[in-house]
Amino acid sequence: MSPTNSRVDVRKTYKLYIGGAFPRSESGHSYEVADSLGKFVANAALASRKDARDAVVAARKAQASWAGRTAYNRAQILYRIAEVMEDRRPQFVQATQQSEGLTAAKAEKVVDEAIDRLVWYAGWADKITQVVGNANPVAGPFFNLSTPEPTGVVAVLAPQRSSLLGLVSVVAPVIVTGNTAVVVSSYERPLPAVTFAEVLATSDVPGGVVNLLTGSAATIAPWLAAHMDVNAIDLTGIAGEPALATELEVAAADNLKRVRRAPAVEPDWTLDPGLEPITAFLEIKTVWHPIGI
Amino acid sequence: MTNPFEYAPAPESRSIVDIKPSYGLFVNGEFTEGHGTSFKTISPATEEVLAEIAEADEADVDAAVKAARKAYEKVWGPMSGRERAKYLYRIARIIQERSRELAVLESIDNGKPIKESRDVDVPTVAAHFFYYAGWADKLAYAGRGTDPRPLGVAGQIIPWNFPLLMLAWKIAPALACGNTVVLKPAETTPLTALLFAEICQQADLPPGVVNIVTGAGATGQALVSHPDVDKVAFTGSTDVGKAIARAVAGTEKRVTLELGGKAANVVFDDAPLDQAVEGIVNGIFFNQGHVCCAGSRLLVQESVADELLAKLKRRMSTLRVGDPLDKNTDIGAINSAEQLAKIRELSEIGEAEGAGRWSPACDLPETGFWFPPTLFTGVSQAHRIAREEIFGPVLSVLTFRTPSEAVEKANNTPYGLSAGVWTEKGSRILSMANQLRAGVVWANTFNKFDPTSPFGGFKESGYGREGGRHGLEAYLK
Amino acid sequence: MSGTSTIPDPGLADATRSEAALRRFLHGLPGVDQVGAEARAAGLGTRSIKTSAKEFALDLAIRMVDLTTLEGQDTPGKVRALASKAMRPDPADPTCPAAAAVCVYPDMVATVKETLGSSGVKVAAVATAFPSGRAALDIKLADTRDAVEAGADEIDMVIDRGAFLAGHYQQVFDEIVAVKQACARADGEDAHLKVIFETGELQTYDNVRRASWLAMMAGADFIKTSTGKVQPAATLPVTLIMLEAVRDFREQTGTMVGVKPAGGIRTAKDAIKYLVMVNEVAGPDWLDPDWFRFGASTLLNDLLMQRTKMTTGRYSGPDYFTLD
Repeated sequence: MSPTNSRVDVRKTYKLYIGGAFPRSESGHSYEVADSLGKFVANAALASRKDARDAVVAARKAQASWAGRTAYNRAQILYRIAEVMEDRRPQFVQATQQSEGLTAAKAEKVVDEAIDRLVWYAGWADKITQVVGNANPVAGPFFNLSTPEPTGVVAVLAPQRSSLLGLVSVVAPVIVTGNTAVVVSSYERPLPAVTFAEVLATSDVPGGVVNLLTGSAATIAPWLAAHMDVNAIDLTGIAGEPALATELEVAAADNLKRVRRAPAVEPDWTLDPGLEPITAFLEIKTVWHPIGI
Repeated sequence: MTNPFEYAPAPESRSIVDIKPSYGLFVNGEFTEGHGTSFKTISPATEEVLAEIAEADEADVDAAVKAARKAYEKVWGPMSGRERAKYLYRIARIIQERSRELAVLESIDNGKPIKESRDVDVPTVAAHFFYYAGWADKLAYAGRGTDPRPLGVAGQIIPWNFPLLMLAWKIAPALACGNTVVLKPAETTPLTALLFAEICQQADLPPGVVNIVTGAGATGQALVSHPDVDKVAFTGSTDVGKAIARAVAGTEKRVTLELGGKAANVVFDDAPLDQAVEGIVNGIFFNQGHVCCAGSRLLVQESVADELLAKLKRRMSTLRVGDPLDKNTDIGAINSAEQLAKIRELSEIGEAEGAGRWSPACDLPETGFWFPPTLFTGVSQAHRIAREEIFGPVLSVLTFRTPSEAVEKANNTPYGLSAGVWTEKGSRILSMANQLRAGVVWANTFNKFDPTSPFGGFKESGYGREGGRHGLEAYLK
Repeated sequence: MSGTSTIPDPGLADATRSEAALRRFLHGLPGVDQVGAEARAAGLGTRSIKTSAKEFALDLAIRMVDLTTLEGQDTPGKVRALASKAMRPDPADPTCPAAAAVCVYPDMVATVKETLGSSGVKVAAVATAFPSGRAALDIKLADTRDAVEAGADEIDMVIDRGAFLAGHYQQVFDEIVAVKQACARADGEDAHLKVIFETGELQTYDNVRRASWLAMMAGADFIKTSTGKVQPAATLPVTLIMLEAVRDFREQTGTMVGVKPAGGIRTAKDAIKYLVMVNEVAGPDWLDPDWFRFGASTLLNDLLMQRTKMTTGRYSGPDYFTLD
C-alpha cells in the first residue's frame, strides 16, 4: 500500500481452518499479529480448547478415508498443494517476510524451499512402504509381510520461528502416509500458516486432513496431549521449553500417544529431513497367512 | 462312559535341573548377594517353594547399571560387530544344547506345559539369538544409515508369561546392536533368567554386558528411573507401561513398550471351520491364556455361530489340564495366586453381567493355581469381559452379521496388539487385514511367532516393534 | 451296520437329489486349510503314550489290523499263511489278540475264508478293478459279486478318481450306491463296504473332505485312504480330515461310518499316533475294530515286537516273529 493512498485498509481477522471450513474461534477471541518490527498486520483467531476438540473430531472423521485413498492419490494431492503454493508464491514471500523479518531474497528462498519440500514429501507417498516395509522369511509355511500404516490423528505443534518452511516440514510428513493432523501454528507468526490453510482448501485436500489452529501452544497443547482420541503428538513447536514438554509427555502417556519429542532448539529446517519425521507416525503391521493348497 | 484309552502319566523328568536353595543378582559377570531383602519363587502347580531370590534395591540396580555402562564403554561398544555376533551365536548354541534343562525349569517356575516350553518357548529363544547374532555385523545394511550407533545401556523389564522368550526378545537385539543390558525378570519367574546368566558365563560373555537384577515393582522403578539408562524396554501391563511413559517424560531415554491386548479373532461363515477351531483354541488356551496377544474375543458370524460353538466345545473337552511337566498336558497352572484371583474375579463379573459361562468337565489338582478352559457366550461389547484383558484361559464369544460390523467391533477397544481373521476368501482377508487396527494380523492362523517377524502394538498396546529388521530400530540411533 | 435303519437327514437327501445339488453341497463344505490341518495332526503326534495306555493301544491296534497282501504273486499258500497269522499273530503268546481281517484280491477270498473258518477274523476283498478302478461298471459289479459270493465279509472298492476330479460327482455317487447293492446277500448278512479314495491322487484336503461326504451319503460303511499302490498313501493329516468327516456325519445324521488308513503305516509308534487321533478327533466310540482299521502288512510285526517289549521288559528282534 502506498502511504499516499488515502484509502482506508480493510483489516482482516483471519479464522481457523477446521474440517475444511474456516470458522472463527468458538471462544470469539482473536489476537493481534504484528510483523517482525512490531507493526500491526492482522488479527488472528485465538483457538481455544473447544476449537482443538472440534479439530480432533474433524481429523478423526477424515482419517480413515484419507488413509484409504491410494498412495498415488495422496501423492497427487500433496503435489497439488505445491502447485497452488507456487501460484501464490508472492503472497507467501510477503507473509514470510512480514513474519520472520527476512529480506525479500531470503524470503523467496524459504518459500522455494517450502514448496520443494512438499514436492519431496509428495513423492514419498508411494515409496515409503517399500522402504520401511518388508517380507519376513519366517521358519514355516507362512506368507509374512510387514507394512507401515498411519498412526491416526496426530497433533502437531508447529515451530515458532520457521513459520512456513518449518510448518510444511512438520505437516507434510504426517499427512503423506494417511494420518490427519491438528496443527497449532506459530503463535507470533501465524500468517503463513493461515495462507497455507487457504492453499489447502483449494488444492484437493479433503476437509479435516489438516486442521490449523492459530493460537498458543502452551494453552491448547495440554488438551491435545491429553485427548484420548489423538494417537500421536509432535512437540517440535515447543523447542527449548523442557518443562512444558515434560508436562505434555506425561499427559500423552494416558493413552500412550506416540511422542516426537521437543528438541532443545528449533532445528535447521534447510537440512535434509531424513525419514524420521515420516516414520515417527507410522505403525508397522505384520500380516501372516499360511501357504498351502 | 469312561474312555478306555486313558493316557497314563508321562512326566518329563525334572532331574535335569538343579535348583539352588537361593540365588543372588548377576552383576558384572558374577553372582552377588545384593543389599535388599529376598523373596521366594514357587511352583504354581504345587505351591512348593523353589528358591529364595535376592530383591535388588536401588544400590544394586545402580551397581548393575554401572557395570553395564563400563562394559558398554570399554568392551562391548568398541567391539566389532563380527566379534559380538560370535558371542551371540555361542549363546544360541548353548541354549540349544541346554534346551531340555531350560524347558523343564521354565515349566516348573512358570507352570506352562512342558509341551510348550519344549516345542515353542525354548526353540524360539535359540532362534531369536541366532537371528540377531547375524545382524550384529550387518547393521549398516539394516536401512538405518551406513553407521548406525548403539544407544548405550538398556534397562529391560520382562513379564512372567514367557520368561525366557521375553528375555531373548529383549537381550538379543540389544546386544547385537552393541548395547549392554540390565534386565529384570518378573518376580514370579526369575529362574530361567538366572540360568541364562550362567549361560552368559559359559559363553565367556564379557562381564557387565548382561546383568540380571531380580525383584518386583520397586526394582523395576529403580531401573527405569536410573539416570544412566539410555533405553527402557518393557513388556507387561498397559498400566505399568503408562507409568513408565510418564517416568521417562522429559528425559532423553528411548522407550519401547509391549503391553496388553484384547484381540478379536474374527471367524466368517466361509472359514475353514476345523482349523478355525484350532486357531481359537490356540489363540486363547495357549500358555493358559497368559498371552498379551491372546485371541480373547471370538467374533463369529452369526450364521455359523452355533456350528462353530458346538465344534469349539467338543474340542475344549479334549484339552488336558494338569501337571505342567506331563508331556500330554495342554493347559498348565495359572502363574500365581494373584493372577488366579484376577481371572476368577473377571469370570464372576462375566456371569453377573449375564453372559453364559461354560467349561468342559475337568478335574483340577488340589494344590496349586488352576483354572479350567472357559468360554462365555452371549457377550456384548458392553461387558467387562469383552473389554478388559483377563490374561487367562477365558474366551468371550460375540457375534456379528456383516464384515463392517466385524471390523467395528474388532477395533472397538483401546488396545491394538493382534487380531485374527478366518475366511477362505482371499480378497476379504486382505481387506480385513487392512482395516484391523492391530500390529499383528493372523489370517487363517493364530499365535505364530518368529524371530524375523516384527511384533508390537497399535494404540494402548504400546509402541515399538520387537523381532525382525524392525526390531533393530529400538536399539540403534 | 448296514445303513438301512437310519433315517436319512432331509438336508442330505436334498444334497443327493441331482448332480447340481450334489456339487453345491460338496463345494459348500467348509474348506480345509492345509497348514492348519497338518499342524493339528503333528500336534496330536506329540502325545506321549506310556505304560498302561501303551499296552491298551498296542492290543487295540493289533485288533484293528487288516492284514493285507495284494500282489500279483499271491498264491493260495501265501494267503493261507497270512490268514493263520491273522488268527494267531503271536503263537508264543495266547493273550495276543487276533487281527481284524485279512485283505486279499477277490480270487483268494475262498481260500482265506476256508482257513479262517469261524475264528471271527474277517475276509476283506478289494474289488471294482482295484487299484485303478478303470473298468466298466458292470465289470466292477461282477468283481464285487464274485467276492461276496466267495464269502467276503468286507468289500474294499475304489472310487473313480478320474470322474471325481472331472467333477462328475453323481457318477461317483451312483457307482458307490451300485457297489453297495452288489454287497447284498440273500441272508441279509451284507458285506460291509469300504470306499477307497486314493487320497494321493485327490491331492487336496478339500477333495478328501468332499470325497468323504460323497461316499458316506452314498452308503459307505467305511472310508479308506488308499490302495497302497500310490504314494503318498495314508498320512496323519488325511486321516484327520476323514475322522472329522465321520464325526460331523454322525453329528448330522446319527450314522457312524468307519475309517481305514491304509499303506505306509509301518511302526507301532505311527499306529499309536493314529489311535490318539481317533480318540481326540472322532472320539472314543471309534476306538474299535468295527470303526477303525489299519490296512497294513509289516505293521503287525512291529506291534507284536513292542507288545513283547511291554510284557517282557526287554527289546525283541524280528527273528522271534513270523514273517508271513
